[in-house]
Amino acid sequence: MSAFDIQENGDFRIGVFVCDCGINIAGKVNVSAVAEFAGTLPNVVVTREYKFMCSDPGQELIQNDVKEFRLNRVVVASCSPLMHEATFRRATAEAGLNQYFFQMVNIREHVSWVTENEYLATEKAKALVAAAVRRVKVHRALESKSVPVNPDVLVVGGGIAGIHAALTIANAGKKVYLVEREPTIGGHMAKFDKTFPTLDCAACILTPKMSSVKAHKNITLWTYSEIDKVDGFAGNFTVRVKRKPRYIKEEDCVGCNLCVEACIFKEGKFEDEFNVGLSKRKPIYMPFPQATPSVVLIDPETCLHFKTGKCKQKCVEVCERGAIDFNQQEEFKEINVGAIILATGFKTFDPHRISEYGYGVYPNVYTSLEIERLVNASGPTQGEVLMRDGRKPKSVAIIHCVGSRDRKTNAYCSRVCCMYSLKLAHLIKERTGAEIYNYYIDMRTPGKGYEEFYDKLLQEGVHFIRGRVAEVTNWAMVPSEEDKLIIRAEDTLIGVARRVPVDMVILSVGLEAHDDAGEVQRLFNISCSKEGWFLERHPKLAPVSTFTDGIFIAGACQGPKDIPDTVAQAGAAAAEALAMVDIGHVELEPNTANVETVMCSGCKTCISMCPFSAITFDAENWRAEFNEALCKGCGTCVVTCPTGAAQQHLYTDDEMYEEIEGVLHYV
Amino acid sequence: MRYIYYPGCSLKGTGRAYEESVLAVFRALELQFEELDDWNCCGATAYMAIDELQAFTLAARNLALAEKQFADEEEVNIIAPCSACYLVLMKAQHYIEEYTEIGDQIRSALKECHMEYEGRIRIRHPLDVFVNDIGLEKIKSLVRKPLDGLRVASYYGCQMVRPYKVFDHHYSPTTMDDLMRALGAKAVDWSLKTRCCGGSLTGTIEQVGMRLSFILLNEAQKRGANVIATSCPLCQFNLECYQGSMNRKFNGSVDLPAAYFTQLMGMAYGISNRELGLQRLFVPMTSQFSKKEGYQHVGV
Repeated sequence: MSAFDIQENGDFRIGVFVCDCGINIAGKVNVSAVAEFAGTLPNVVVTREYKFMCSDPGQELIQNDVKEFRLNRVVVASCSPLMHEATFRRATAEAGLNQYFFQMVNIREHVSWVTENEYLATEKAKALVAAAVRRVKVHRALESKSVPVNPDVLVVGGGIAGIHAALTIANAGKKVYLVEREPTIGGHMAKFDKTFPTLDCAACILTPKMSSVKAHKNITLWTYSEIDKVDGFAGNFTVRVKRKPRYIKEEDCVGCNLCVEACIFKEGKFEDEFNVGLSKRKPIYMPFPQATPSVVLIDPETCLHFKTGKCKQKCVEVCERGAIDFNQQEEFKEINVGAIILATGFKTFDPHRISEYGYGVYPNVYTSLEIERLVNASGPTQGEVLMRDGRKPKSVAIIHCVGSRDRKTNAYCSRVCCMYSLKLAHLIKERTGAEIYNYYIDMRTPGKGYEEFYDKLLQEGVHFIRGRVAEVTNWAMVPSEEDKLIIRAEDTLIGVARRVPVDMVILSVGLEAHDDAGEVQRLFNISCSKEGWFLERHPKLAPVSTFTDGIFIAGACQGPKDIPDTVAQAGAAAAEALAMVDIGHVELEPNTANVETVMCSGCKTCISMCPFSAITFDAENWRAEFNEALCKGCGTCVVTCPTGAAQQHLYTDDEMYEEIEGVLHYV
Repeated sequence: MRYIYYPGCSLKGTGRAYEESVLAVFRALELQFEELDDWNCCGATAYMAIDELQAFTLAARNLALAEKQFADEEEVNIIAPCSACYLVLMKAQHYIEEYTEIGDQIRSALKECHMEYEGRIRIRHPLDVFVNDIGLEKIKSLVRKPLDGLRVASYYGCQMVRPYKVFDHHYSPTTMDDLMRALGAKAVDWSLKTRCCGGSLTGTIEQVGMRLSFILLNEAQKRGANVIATSCPLCQFNLECYQGSMNRKFNGSVDLPAAYFTQLMGMAYGISNRELGLQRLFVPMTSQFSKKEGYQHVGV
């Protein structure tokens, strides 16, 4: 610790506190040199170097110095403001200063972690400190404002994550809007037969929660709907929801299915989305028996009435409640909520992209999701494992890591495939007695009871071959391979190439972010990883928060996850959202805009640009008038103003210029 | 559009039938082309294995020559029918443009002999040119003797589609199948279109190389093919030259002509057998047509 000469220079008395952050910063930046340099800057009266500035002793150091050296400005050079700006502002305030007489310099994420050369790192840190010292002098004393919070919560996505989060919040007495894109809630979990490792029936544990959602007085459920627009900020979001027409009056339909039976199509003819194409449905249909809400819908792409206008409309005839409405239009609902939970889930990898595995070429190559439907009692074969040609397989190969752990597709591990492959192996073995070959790279079974389940499968006599499959073909070398699918792979445990002929191949497809994850990201103003997963605020300590306050994420939209993890995260997101809306108000940064009256020419440009109508025109004095209560701090008026009269707190022109000049003067 | 024709060594030697048929088809399609003046080795096989930089430099000399020959063309299209040439030229171009250090070394080597590579080159396989520049419509319109009833197993080999996936799928390509259909033939559906033909192993570890080509012939024959269409001199050589020894070794019964795809095009256009080099095939096409009327028997 070193204190440098006290300089008395003008009115400003600045203290500069440089943090080692253990070796995070000190390992690359010569912290003593930075502190020593800061001491040479005008108006700096004290500089300190300390191992952990964010620790209690570190904060006390700042507070004592403020008193001892009568500081009126504080600069801390440490980590990202996202980590500790609040900490140091609090320390500044507790020392008796306005908390905005503080400036933070990020010499960790912006310097030590991203610079290889020690000399350059130190020089950059010095330049940034010089900039902050100049900037902090023009800081103004500001008050943060507290605004009331709307207690309602929006949950986007009605899979198990969204269902669990919505129920948790609704049970706490808050109102929840649950918006789902598909005609029914339930998500992927509703399609599964059993869940690993306990082999609970997925429907038995999910459907009670689905009907609770429908019945809950605090939940407004909008299926077949999408979020169209999001405005506002933490505590006060305005959201527009687009409700797609299902051509059925939802409140009148009782789900009796008479219309489906009466439809002019006697048999299903179109690909059934719920059974991932393994069965056919009619143009009017119920997605699946326990669909929630229990309301049918009409697909205008296939319905004769929409396609030709010449249909006898048998469905209308049989519906006693008159629920069918061919004239239904898209509808928009506007809601106000305080917090938003995104639980938009995932999509499975499309194995057409790995043509070596013959998906779409050989009919008996399936995806794992198709097999989930095939083994499901409510699936297309009532749970009997039958191939597309009607035969029961005598041998089955399960190929792991399809679209995972491969730089050509996705480098990451999808986490759930090993376990669901084991589950499917067990179910198929149980129902067909077939020989089952699992081709894996590494078995990844870290979870409660997971390794034991793997062990059980080994004892059941399922074969495990370690090696990534090279190709699935239909060329036979010997008569026993005729009419079979041949798996070619290197068995890496014994170092030989193997050919195994089987009847059926299951591709354990990985999990991917939705195609439109980028659009959702922009809509809600959050961040995405390069793979398209929504980015959490901190991977360890803020796993369900995002960089946008008031927006939380849960489940597989954040990354591949199994059901237990998804539900745990949904609960966490619900708790975070509740904590936010329950307290009743939210502290906002005083980053509102104002106008320097003398400089305003009254051109009115800013008025037309303001998206929140926070600016009016004062005709008497011929100038713009800003309503800071309505201002959301977007900054549009500031960049629009031709004279520079519009200014935004925390980012005024002089603050920005001082900072830039600080750097330029140093270099 | 004008093209530069780069034959490479094989087309002047073992693959003469490929050159004869390629040029015959070019003329039939009225393709404007010139052979590259003063061309040299493309840099394939042994060179590439021993010294990549020298191999790239050899290839780059050809590219520089082509740019000089077509000095006023904005883009110089080089047709390289041999798959090995096609791949090596493309690889050299990729490395020169992608890796500054290699690019600089090669450029300075070229400079020593007053040459320059500017980067106006586009390397093309004749199959790509036929299907994508000329188009199946025109190809179809010139057919005089459709290959009716001929069942063709299109064999692409590896180098045309891997690692550079320029005009077709890297694992299950379809361009040649489409071309064969346009000629009136039936395209055999099989899964070994890009599986290894044995490459140079046939000359080094015969046992392994022969087995690889046998697998291809056996599967194509089993799927009912009358002929395998090839697009690379080495593939063609491997597939047709050892059928007798293969049958003895693997107790098989393969008897399948392996023709260049351009020979089949030429036949459909009614070009004479001699012009297409059909008399050079070791397994004659004769047997495949003897039962059909309207076809001349090909004398070996």
